[in-house]
Amino acid sequence: MSAYTLRRIAALFALAFGISVLVFLIIRLIPGDPAIVMLGGNAGDPSLVARIHAQLGLDLPMPVQYARWLGGVLAGNFGYSFSYQQTVVSLLRLNFVPTLQLTFAGLAFSLIVGGIIGIVAALQRNRGIDTASMAIALAFVSVPSFWLGLLLILVFAVELPWFDVVGGTSLKGLVLPALALGLGSAGFNARFIRSSVLQAQTLQHVVTARAKGLTGARVFLRHVLRNAILPVLTIAGLQLGQLLSGTVVIETVFSRPGIGRLLVQSILAKDYPTVQALVLIIAFLYALTNFAVDLLYPVLDPRIAAR
Amino acid sequence: MSGEAQLPLASLRASARGAPPVHWLPRALRHRSLAAGLVLCIAILALVIAAPLLASADPNAQDPMQSFAAPSAAHPMGADAFGRDIFARVLYGGRTTILACAGVVLLGGFVGTIIGLVAGYAAGATGFVLMRLVDLLLAFPGILLALVVCTILGPGLVNGVFAIAVVLVPIYARLVEGATREVRHMPYVDAALTLGASVPRIIAQHVLPNVAPGIIVLTTTWLGIAALWIAALGFLGLGVQPPAPEWGAILNDGANYITVAWWITVFPGLFLSLFVIGVNLVGDGLRDELDPTLSAR
Repeated sequence: MSAYTLRRIAALFALAFGISVLVFLIIRLIPGDPAIVMLGGNAGDPSLVARIHAQLGLDLPMPVQYARWLGGVLAGNFGYSFSYQQTVVSLLRLNFVPTLQLTFAGLAFSLIVGGIIGIVAALQRNRGIDTASMAIALAFVSVPSFWLGLLLILVFAVELPWFDVVGGTSLKGLVLPALALGLGSAGFNARFIRSSVLQAQTLQHVVTARAKGLTGARVFLRHVLRNAILPVLTIAGLQLGQLLSGTVVIETVFSRPGIGRLLVQSILAKDYPTVQALVLIIAFLYALTNFAVDLLYPVLDPRIAAR
Repeated sequence: MSGEAQLPLASLRASARGAPPVHWLPRALRHRSLAAGLVLCIAILALVIAAPLLASADPNAQDPMQSFAAPSAAHPMGADAFGRDIFARVLYGGRTTILACAGVVLLGGFVGTIIGLVAGYAAGATGFVLMRLVDLLLAFPGILLALVVCTILGPGLVNGVFAIAVVLVPIYARLVEGATREVRHMPYVDAALTLGASVPRIIAQHVLPNVAPGIIVLTTTWLGIAALWIAALGFLGLGVQPPAPEWGAILNDGANYITVAWWITVFPGLFLSLFVIGVNLVGDGLRDELDPTLSAR
């Protein structure tokens, strides 16, 4: 294992520790007694308050509370959801897969559409098509995803009976949510890929390849695109996290099951153990994605491993 | 997104010493996207400020007879379930959304800049600890971090502004810290120190002018995103509480009735989109003007 890989692994552990402390603190930072806030109207019942205190260990010293909580999490015990009356783990089991499907469908959509627009714009630099592409990309970035989702429902489910208003978990039910989720990222990718391609075109070996008479297509595929992909990969890693948290809004719009909608409902219901579990999982997945991107780097660009 | 935040310092320095300030307005207007963005933003601001002149005075006034009234001369954008005028709600709601997102970038930008200056200038252990905290906050996807703060503070507009400002703090801190650290050991800063200049003076005279273009670009970028997130919180029920109008909250009102009254949903979203497009056009224009290395591409 190279020094680079070891450093990345150490950084991942440090980050995971930091994330866990922050997530642990969510309940402890709530002003007032979290048990009373959580119970709301039932706060008058002292036995319920005592039960929550016992479950969260609120009467113990902070480091002990943290160790207890982390031990539980590592053993796969995320606690009990008060608002759903079941363990958080069984909630996760129901909601995790639909969110992953939506996230990856959104990412695929944003990379394909963004890639096409960005590459076309770069190849047609400073012409009408370029300007038009960038105007479209700007609109994609600016339109709120939840409004777009509602418009898609209005047009393709209400006016035209092509889709169901409430999308199921079927493949067809994935189309509109993935579109609404991915369009903003598609606009961002289009702009990013355009400038990435333009920058790669100015690299010395690309100029050399062109000068020695290689065809435009060959230079583009072998030299320009390969160099342009590296920064895009980093962005895709970051975007996976943005898309994952973007499901919070999209799943609500389309009434889809998933951890994003579950998170919003748990926040509104003051169901803190569920909120903690979801935030921890989303943040950790995000950290893990960026870790994977870091490890892919040296494969695509051997110079990084040498550093 | 944060990838764009770190502008090359050399170019920032070049532009800080660039064209004399007298000419910036005409030059800005020659830039097409900047001019278009300014026109769009000013038009929306004018409509929103003139709300009492253009629409009925009370955006919360209910009229059961007008429930779900379609757009007409009396209600240019129709009415919602309670018969409230959507035109009035969109104009008054825009005030809330725009003020809130301005509050977000002012608050987050100010605190982040201070932290960045301290971490970059003090360096050493203080800088190290501050920047590791910044790294930790940056490890959360932005919206998720805002939702965490919302969970702790509870729903509400002011809490929402705080929540999104928290997301901006590490982003500004990182930009400013990097630039500050770079300027800190420039020969002219050493010279100023030797001549007895105080630390606040060095920061005001030498560090801030170098960081300013980056901060301006970051602020316009995040103003648009903050508007979208404020509206998203309103839409989810975590921001403005009913019956107060706000673009996202009106969208939430309309979402349940999309099959019977499209106008409740379409108009606030349209205004929000146009506002964000305007802000982003201004941001792109400023980026071109302030960072020659990007526009040269």
